[in-house]
Amino acid sequence: MFTKRHLISTRDFSKDEIDFLLSRAEELEKFARGREQGWGWGEGEGEREGEEESDLLKGKILANLFYEPSTRTRLSFETAMKRLGGEVLNLYSTETSSVTKGENLADTIRTVSGYCDAIVLRHPREGASRMAASLASVPVINAGDGAGQHPTQTLLDLYTLKKEGLLENLRIALVGDLKYGRTVHSLAYALALYGATLFFVSPEALRMPEEVKMDLRAAGTAEAEAAGAAGAGAGAGAEVFETSDLSAVVKEVDVLYVTRIQKERFPDPAEYRKVAGAYRVTRGLLKENEDLVIMHPLPRVDEIDAAVDGTKNARYFKQAFYGVPVRMAVLSTLLGAGGERRREGEEKQGASKNARGNRRNSGVGEEAPRTLRERTADDRERECYEQHGKDAARF
Amino acid sequence: MKKELKVVPIKNGTVIDHISAGQALNVLRILEINAKNTRTSTRTSTRTGAAGGAVVSVLMNVRSKKMGRKDIVKVEDRELKSEEVDKIALIAPNAKINIIRDFEVVAKHKVFLPNSIEGIIKCANPNCISNAEQEPVVSRFVTVSGSRGGVQPRFRCFFCERLIEDVSGYL
Repeated sequence: MFTKRHLISTRDFSKDEIDFLLSRAEELEKFARGREQGWGWGEGEGEREGEEESDLLKGKILANLFYEPSTRTRLSFETAMKRLGGEVLNLYSTETSSVTKGENLADTIRTVSGYCDAIVLRHPREGASRMAASLASVPVINAGDGAGQHPTQTLLDLYTLKKEGLLENLRIALVGDLKYGRTVHSLAYALALYGATLFFVSPEALRMPEEVKMDLRAAGTAEAEAAGAAGAGAGAGAEVFETSDLSAVVKEVDVLYVTRIQKERFPDPAEYRKVAGAYRVTRGLLKENEDLVIMHPLPRVDEIDAAVDGTKNARYFKQAFYGVPVRMAVLSTLLGAGGERRREGEEKQGASKNARGNRRNSGVGEEAPRTLRERTADDRERECYEQHGKDAARF
Repeated sequence: MKKELKVVPIKNGTVIDHISAGQALNVLRILEINAKNTRTSTRTSTRTGAAGGAVVSVLMNVRSKKMGRKDIVKVEDRELKSEEVDKIALIAPNAKINIIRDFEVVAKHKVFLPNSIEGIIKCANPNCISNAEQEPVVSRFVTVSGSRGGVQPRFRCFFCERLIEDVSGYL
């Protein structure tokens, strides 16, 4: 079922493939906190003792290439890799690498491909990970490309919703910077696959881009067609509402997904000042809907009052933790050490190991070995085009 | 004696008809037909003709029953192949290709939007990696939807996923 070699955009994935990764994350969550840690959230609290350790990714090396700042994404990828027995190389300050000498991303990717088994890339330019995937001889995972996509954040958001029992038929408000916020672009598309009703709450200047809304209509349609749905609503796409008034939607939704208005993405600082502080979630707001779940990809500035942190509504730190099991699932799957495909991988293990050894000996640039899930860039591109062909058929 | 500038029928070559008015020069740009390469193109053509390079005639804003106004491009001594010409469907979705031999139309076909287009459209997103000068990357677009009922075709940047409709400003 899972046929992807790289993880670049939510749009590359079907609902079944996402479901597979979320299930895999559930299987691996027991390894996420490690053996010694005796605290947690909710049902897992106090039950850490006696948990297994894992060497699922023993002998594998992950390269974290971060051209932009990161706390949660980079550290949770590193934790995920290490909890599964793997090792991590970090390039998180471009000032200490050849980037300062003028080396381009393409050369860096080709070089680093020879040092590791997978690359995690965060880059300020949209499409950087897609380009990297076309050059790398190992799987590339997009950890954020400018204002583009952040698919593993989306997976952990979906995982949080799944753990809360809210994933199906959800009513959710995405609040804040919907124009530049890459997390909401990826998330909105994925939620459309699950039939969510979406409320976009933002200042006029930070509305969800039209192309994202177009994708939402197509995504809902695709899933309806795939499920053989019929009757009213089938093929209608995701139901979307737009407003600037947060208080108007609080009673209408199960979840508020709040985002920071990102100063660094604004070309004009004056434009940022016009919308900064537009929304603020407070305890007072929660009185209007006591069951409301508050999520946030973090970091936050002032859009969620610190007094909300201790309420039963706040899920954002738990959400941040879920980045570990979800990234464990992604890494183990892409590296051929996961679930049903692990068994498939074992059948090919001997040949794969030999081929990998040969590739390392013969240098980067030669054709990479193809296991059941190690696909060439051309394969991936063809799949992408096939998906685009399906999109085209819906217009 | 009355002077008259007249575009005569071509003996051999390709006539691209029904080009959207005002797009003829963009068609030439997409087909990479210019003063520098027409000679080479002619020499490599299967039906080599006049020495000294191909003659290219451009008619703009011609009256058309179907389109109101249209452009026409005539390329002498060069038979353009479908895969070459289909690219012009980006900006001239109604264009018709006529292959001429000895003044007769021997083949006629429409243009079809290719599934993907490389190196012709510049991404509208200035922050797209395909616009990064230091990266060795050629722009690539995937056709999302064809033109139907007067609706513009739509293309998605393979890299940053930005959608673009009117490509004429990004050639």
